Amino acid sequence: MDALFLSRLQFAVATLFHFLFVPLTLGLSILIAIMETQYVRTGDEEYKRMAKFWGKLFLINFAIGVVTGITLEFQFGTNWSRYSKYVGDIFGSLLAIEASVAFFLESTFLGVWIFGWNRISPKLHAVSIWLVAIASNMSAYWILVANSWMQHPVGYVLKDGRAELNDFIAIVTQPFAILTYLHATFAGYIVAGFFVMGISAYHILRKHEVRFFTRSFRLALVWSLIFAVGNIGVGDLHGKLMAEAQPSKLAAVESIWNTEKGADFYLLLIPDEANERNSVELFGIPKFLSLLALGDWNAEIKGLKSWPKEDRPPVAMTFWAFRLMVGLGFFFVLLSIVGMWRRNKLESSPLYLKTMMYAIPLPYLAAECGWIVTEVGRQPWIVYGVMKTSQAVSPVAASQVAISLVAFIVVYSLLGLAAFVLMAKFAGKGPEGPVAVSG
Amino acid sequence: MLNTIWFLLWGILWAVYFMLDGFDLGLGTLRPFLAKNEDEHRIIYNTMGPVWDGNEVWLITAGGVTFAAFPTTYAVMFSTLYSPLLLILFCLILRGVAFEFRSKIDSPGWKGLWDLCHLVGSFGPALLFGVAFANIFQGIPFDKEGIFQGTLLTLLNPYGLIGGALFLLLFLVHGSLWLAIKSEGVLHERAFRTASTLWPILLVVAVVFLVATWFATPLYKNYLSHPVLFAVPLLAVVALLGTRLFIAQKREWASWFASAATIVSATLFGVIGMYPNLFPSSSDPALSLNAFNSSSSPLTLKIMLGVALTFVPIVILYQAWVYYTFRFKVTEKDLGYDEAY
Repeated sequence: MDALFLSRLQFAVATLFHFLFVPLTLGLSILIAIMETQYVRTGDEEYKRMAKFWGKLFLINFAIGVVTGITLEFQFGTNWSRYSKYVGDIFGSLLAIEASVAFFLESTFLGVWIFGWNRISPKLHAVSIWLVAIASNMSAYWILVANSWMQHPVGYVLKDGRAELNDFIAIVTQPFAILTYLHATFAGYIVAGFFVMGISAYHILRKHEVRFFTRSFRLALVWSLIFAVGNIGVGDLHGKLMAEAQPSKLAAVESIWNTEKGADFYLLLIPDEANERNSVELFGIPKFLSLLALGDWNAEIKGLKSWPKEDRPPVAMTFWAFRLMVGLGFFFVLLSIVGMWRRNKLESSPLYLKTMMYAIPLPYLAAECGWIVTEVGRQPWIVYGVMKTSQAVSPVAASQVAISLVAFIVVYSLLGLAAFVLMAKFAGKGPEGPVAVSG
Repeated sequence: MLNTIWFLLWGILWAVYFMLDGFDLGLGTLRPFLAKNEDEHRIIYNTMGPVWDGNEVWLITAGGVTFAAFPTTYAVMFSTLYSPLLLILFCLILRGVAFEFRSKIDSPGWKGLWDLCHLVGSFGPALLFGVAFANIFQGIPFDKEGIFQGTLLTLLNPYGLIGGALFLLLFLVHGSLWLAIKSEGVLHERAFRTASTLWPILLVVAVVFLVATWFATPLYKNYLSHPVLFAVPLLAVVALLGTRLFIAQKREWASWFASAATIVSATLFGVIGMYPNLFPSSSDPALSLNAFNSSSSPLTLKIMLGVALTFVPIVILYQAWVYYTFRFKVTEKDLGYDEAY
């Protein structure tokens, strides 16, 4: 195994692990801010207990999210130094803006929120969690603008052997970035909504703190419905942009081998990468794929065979990750609709509650699949059409990367385990303090 | 001009990072020796509680700014220093998680594990940042391709180790003074005593470092050609002496600020001495990366300057507000709160 392969593996491990924690941060911070705002507005102590209970889980999650984010920023230098040299003029500035504009705000006010319950006024305390929520969502924007530039580079010129900035506004406001942002944050909101619903379901099933958890559940339910439905729409728009900007990714996502006009969509399809064909194509809907991907029944979709083998992304992985993500996305809508129907009789819906309990991991899985589609589907490019991943790696010894990769796997597994143990402990225990009487 | 401004900003960001996270790292290293019981351990953790995370972001920003303003330096620096940098990052990961997780389960085994992580995670960076920067002052052996011509042991040369010892001691004194500010009673006394015990050792190491710098690095060249610059190392020396004076007078905030000034001016001493180099090559001085041959385009530097000059002052304002809000001493009563570390 060479330094390139090991570095890719290391980046995948570091990113996928990091993104187990980020989505919950994005969504739960807002939900907690809403709860605390309700407390400040109504004076209902139950909302304060909610903010504190969900806040505790939020903090356990946040700790791992933050520390694993740091290694990502530095890995561009350690493992992808040629990439960093080539695109740093653009990519580096976006990361630096993220740190100075958003990350400072998030980390500083999180400290205020944790330690400020008895030091500052309730209003100011609620403001601090809003600042955390806004900052973490802003942070996501800058990171996703940077990632979108790798997917669809705009606003640059090639000069002196590197990519140089020539239109900052174009990079920061390109539709690809905005849709990526909406798609990824909505995914995070769904993770948070299902997290709250799943844990609440556990307690309602056990008749424990029913009022507290029913209230939490209903808040998360409306929230999840909005973003589950919203993400289908956003995902569709984003997919259409992707189809135009990254035709080779589209071909892999849909496993289309031959260029076709009015391509059919198959509900059941199994790619056979070795033989450059699909071994199963069943339940076809004529011309539907062209419509889905490009918004026109007769649009031409370029097949994978139009590219030399070395210029195609890995097909099976991209294809299955995409199908799973989309399937789960619709499943979340379904679960939310069932929830809306049962919302006033949750206690007498044990089957639904049990389903929601076991559904906690699914939005995580969907979010990870989304990143696999995005990143694996972009291969062999690191910056689509501009720089190949193989040209981007640092000139470091494979042994060095092997050692750090093992360290990543060991340390991250242990941290993940510790976080899981703590979350399970506090989630299972339920809220602290006396039950509120008001409200 | 733009490049020079960015060079200075780059140096200042590192200096501020060392000034702020320096006391967390130092106090984290001293904690096992300063605390005699569980309450004291927790008080020490909680003195850093509201601020350590915000302090650490200065490192992220220093890293991000290196990437944005000097991408070639960022690329070569971090890939040549691959192992030490990842070592520092793993330490910081363990430290950060230890803060949040330690007090969540009340069992000696669980707490002992995170205490160890916190100790290693504080001591490692305190030492390694010093080793890394001393080596950078000296020059790093790397070739035309940016490939490191050495091993981890290459960095553990005498001058590198003196630099490591200097940073470690600066941070230890800085950390014990922070504890003096934030605690009362026996812990407060112990913190002051520790600072005054460590101070003479720090003084000796600082003198050794200044002398060794003459022989091991070209840092003094800039100072000899512009003697007015000697004000910076002079300030470091005065601030270091002032630290001792204020410790003797038991003026906790004054001694901490003097110690902060020592760290900032010591860092700037090195950075100014390197100018215009950011990452000198000891294999061939012509390969050295400096503020001009490794920088971003003028457009990026301009945009980023606008961002930095707008947001860094805002960050300083709200962080100062946080320090002011949490200026009180941490007591046993604070440990009773549900959120306390």
